[in-house]
Amino acid sequence: MDLPLFRHNRRDRSVAFKEYRSEGGFEALKRAITGMTPAEVQQTVIDSGLRGRGGAGFPTGKKWSFVPRDLPGPRWIICNCDEMEPGTYKDRVLLEHNPYSLIEGMTLACYALGVRHGFIFIRKGYEQAAENLARAIDEAKKEGFLGERILGSEHSIDIDLHLSAGRYICGEETALINALEGKRPNPRQKPPFPAVKGLWAGPTVVNNVETLANIPGILARGAAWFKGLAMNPEGAGSKLFCVSGSVKDRACVELPIGIPLGDIIDGPCGGMRLGKRFKACIPGGASTQFLTAEHLKVPMDYDPVAKVGSRLGSGGIIVFDQDHCLVEATLNLITFFARESCGWCTPCREGLPYVREILTRIETGYGKEDDIAILREHIKYLNYSFCALAPGAMAPLDGLLRHFEDEVREHIVKKKCPLKK
Amino acid sequence: MISEALKKSLTERVAGAITPREAAVDVMKELQAHYGWLTDEAVAEAASLLGLSPLQVEELATFYEMIYRRPVGKKVIHVCDSISCWCADCDGIIEHLKKRLGVELGGTTADGMYTLLPCACMGRCGDSPAMSVGGTPYGHLTPHLVDEILEKERRA
Ligand code: SF4
Ligand code: FES
Repeated sequence: MDLPLFRHNRRDRSVAFKEYRSEGGFEALKRAITGMTPAEVQQTVIDSGLRGRGGAGFPTGKKWSFVPRDLPGPRWIICNCDEMEPGTYKDRVLLEHNPYSLIEGMTLACYALGVRHGFIFIRKGYEQAAENLARAIDEAKKEGFLGERILGSEHSIDIDLHLSAGRYICGEETALINALEGKRPNPRQKPPFPAVKGLWAGPTVVNNVETLANIPGILARGAAWFKGLAMNPEGAGSKLFCVSGSVKDRACVELPIGIPLGDIIDGPCGGMRLGKRFKACIPGGASTQFLTAEHLKVPMDYDPVAKVGSRLGSGGIIVFDQDHCLVEATLNLITFFARESCGWCTPCREGLPYVREILTRIETGYGKEDDIAILREHIKYLNYSFCALAPGAMAPLDGLLRHFEDEVREHIVKKKCPLKK
Repeated sequence: MISEALKKSLTERVAGAITPREAAVDVMKELQAHYGWLTDEAVAEAASLLGLSPLQVEELATFYEMIYRRPVGKKVIHVCDSISCWCADCDGIIEHLKKRLGVELGGTTADGMYTLLPCACMGRCGDSPAMSVGGTPYGHLTPHLVDEILEKERRA
């Protein structure tokens, strides 16, 4: 298959600027700046059907179209490279191999939206990616693809890096905006949405790394080509899937969107580890619902995965085998979310530790039959939270009770974890 | 006390920002690198550089995983305990670290070399179990490899 994102990858190193250029890199930007209007660039992205690759899957072109054309004052684009969703490491792999497609994609996005200044918000721990990006920005500037009067045109676009100090909630777009402004990164109330009033009260678009890195390919080869990459008729593009857990080869791979879940596990991941059987997986990072063996044929695209009650999310697939206790796995996930709660609102701040406590009781043999009902109630209550962190935290719990209630009950009846000797 | 040179470079960083507080995280990180952790003195210095109150700096400092408001060892070990690392038995690795270092999570070794902290997913799930030592990431950990890394980092 055509690989728009990984096609410039070298084995163990980052692609060099010269190599990226000689393989057609920055041609899309050149063509856009010299021959397309911003509106045409935006229309191409709309036509391509590209959906945000950060987790929510919102159509990218549509998100851009919410930015009012006529508001005075500066407007901004922020690339979200906070990637702290457990199970997800695709943006790191992408940037460690090729920072240029992000720079080119982001510059194209800035051009399309009339933005003069973009920021890349990088989590702590991604120092290699940040280094690669800093170098790529310098080179792009030197060669005239970024900075003052790009390629001799009247368009000037700058990109700055912001290195965070690490906190999961910074991946939430309004918290990220607060973080970038140097404020405490609690989420902000919506509306107003960032597209209208975001960074320093200006119109702001926040896009994920993988989303932006797709733009050069779309501009170079067209919306129809991008659509055609998908394996299912309603899908568009390729997707980075990063697999971890019980597979033989844990890998970050680029595959057509819509590829069946089982084909990812059996294909590039080489199947399950020796002696292990597939029990369940989380398809799109920690805040998505478990899928089971009956879902192995589900096409990995936003709508088909949603139809079976989960989410494509970030594409971080975590695979569990017959020896993994899913109560304990869920407890691990809830512990993560409880720790990363920003503490702003009560359902999340108080609810998550309570859920953690109940799951701990069940796992250690002190659970009661009522606990299952209490957990179910909390799945409902935590929807009344200020941002998506708490409902996201409930997704795996919801999946646990939906598909593995028997396993939970067995803990309670036997007064111990049935998988522990 | 920070040196004049550091003060000058931080003042320049703040002046180059779109608004002064935009530089807050960078300033805290630089001061932390200078003192080893973000001391009360550093909080006050950051506040005066950024035009914020010490409390406003405090509410930032306590939010972030990589800013330390208590003394830490020369190198901080962040060991991931999130889901993919759990699948790869990070619990065993954490137990091993505790035993080797003779500390609990949050503790600092007697020689002041290492502080052991659990951390959120490091984005190295494909190489799990993972940890970082003084900012250097390591993956595919085994107890044996952990021992080697501790030795190497101690000498480095
Ligand atoms: S749901 Fe959690 S993370 Fe979101 S605002 Fe409330 S406390 Fe903060
Ligand atoms: S879960 Fe440990 S690095 Fe991602």
